[in-house]
Amino acid sequence: MKYLHNIGAYFIMIKDMFRKPTKWSVMKTLIFKDIDDLIIGSLGIVAFISFFVGGVVTIQTALNITSPIIPKYLVGFATRQSIILEFAPTFISIIMAGKVGSFITSSIGTMRVTEQIDALEVMGINAINYLVFPKFIALMLYPFVISIAMFLGIIGGMAACVYGGFSTLDDYITGVQLDFIPFHITYAFIKTIVFAFVLATIPSFHGYFMKGGALEVGKASTTAFVWTSVVIILLNYVLTQLLLS
Amino acid sequence: MIEVKNVHKSFGDAHILKGISTSFEKGKTSLVIGQSGSGKTVFLKCLLGLFQPEEGSISYDGKIYSELDANQKRELRSEMGMVFQGSALFDSMTIMENVMFPLRMFTKQSKSEMEDRANFVLKRVKLEDAHNKMPSEASGGMQKRVAIARAIVNKPKYLFCDEPNSGLDPKTAIVIDNLIQEITEEYNITTIINSHDMNSVMEIGEKIVFLKDGLKAWEGSKENIFKTDNEVVTDFVYSSELFKKVRQMYLEERQ
Repeated sequence: MKYLHNIGAYFIMIKDMFRKPTKWSVMKTLIFKDIDDLIIGSLGIVAFISFFVGGVVTIQTALNITSPIIPKYLVGFATRQSIILEFAPTFISIIMAGKVGSFITSSIGTMRVTEQIDALEVMGINAINYLVFPKFIALMLYPFVISIAMFLGIIGGMAACVYGGFSTLDDYITGVQLDFIPFHITYAFIKTIVFAFVLATIPSFHGYFMKGGALEVGKASTTAFVWTSVVIILLNYVLTQLLLS
Repeated sequence: MIEVKNVHKSFGDAHILKGISTSFEKGKTSLVIGQSGSGKTVFLKCLLGLFQPEEGSISYDGKIYSELDANQKRELRSEMGMVFQGSALFDSMTIMENVMFPLRMFTKQSKSEMEDRANFVLKRVKLEDAHNKMPSEASGGMQKRVAIARAIVNKPKYLFCDEPNSGLDPKTAIVIDNLIQEITEEYNITTIINSHDMNSVMEIGEKIVFLKDGLKAWEGSKENIFKTDNEVVTDFVYSSELFKKVRQMYLEERQ
């Protein structure tokens, strides 16, 4: 029953996010601040993880190809497919659920605990629009982060492949270019946009509707991470079934 | 002037407000007092429009809140200022930005006009040198003064304060009390304070409403509270030996 109530409250929050908009001059500042916090602030960790995970994917693929019949360029092909289809959009989104999601929940939750949200409501401001909408707009730039993750993942794979001696640079590049299907990029970006919406709204919901004190802010952040990850994984399955099968 | 008529509010089975009627006059500082759990905060939230009473009405200078449409409610809310118990300053903004916030949200003033107005109210609460500080760098008393400055910057008609003295030392508490009273008279606004602090009651309570178990048990002025023989009120107000003696001295002087 509680789950049903929460699902209903979540969709009401989504509706309220678009109601009674905040003055544009104020909203603009909030959007830029959230772009800085959520997008620019995540680039470092995304770049680091993408580069090294790209390398690990390449090494593992290369080490598992033992048959001499299988061409060496398949390492590049497998790395590209893994990174574009799954690692960049989904795995990075799970990481972002931890980084960005817990930031959103704890910042909004702290505002709830310290009555800052009440202060907004007393002033007649639509607090949900004021707090959640700029995060939603900022995260519409999330595909930009994922593009960087895709690029650096493939570059990381190339570095590991060439410097680890698993194949030549030419083989790797041949593999990366082999049987490229442009729709896979579209599929990845469709997933990314959906995950961006989830990343902005589920942690906001857990922060906005939390009750209690500092301890509950921590608990809400953990719950938000768990639910954001669960929803991302489920939507990943549904979208893959719908778009690729 | 705020008029409250037979306000009832429940949460599930818990009947918190059981028919409160009273009025709060313009230019006067009114205090709502009572024990914890007496319904003070729920009553204040009803006055602020954050809770909708199930029964009864609240009118603001003749405008009944429940009969207003969404835009009128929003307009009325922008005429309210609120000082929260924990100040509720926006911790991502400087003190100056906090004070300018209601102006940015509700007026079309230029930046320099907003800065002038914010400087004026910061000067009024004696914080002219704290513009660029973050709320976390300010003391409890300073935060309360910033909250007052933010509450009055947009020239509200109604000022609500939820335990403005909590967590403050007695000297700072008196400064805050006097500041609220001065502002109330200066700007001729309707001020309602939720308080536990008996010093505030004695100092600035031009009208006092005593709540007990969701009902109005007594109302009167700070002068009347010395004379009342209502046991419910005297038990609460004169629970400390000091106030018992103060009352005794007051009554002896009067005789």
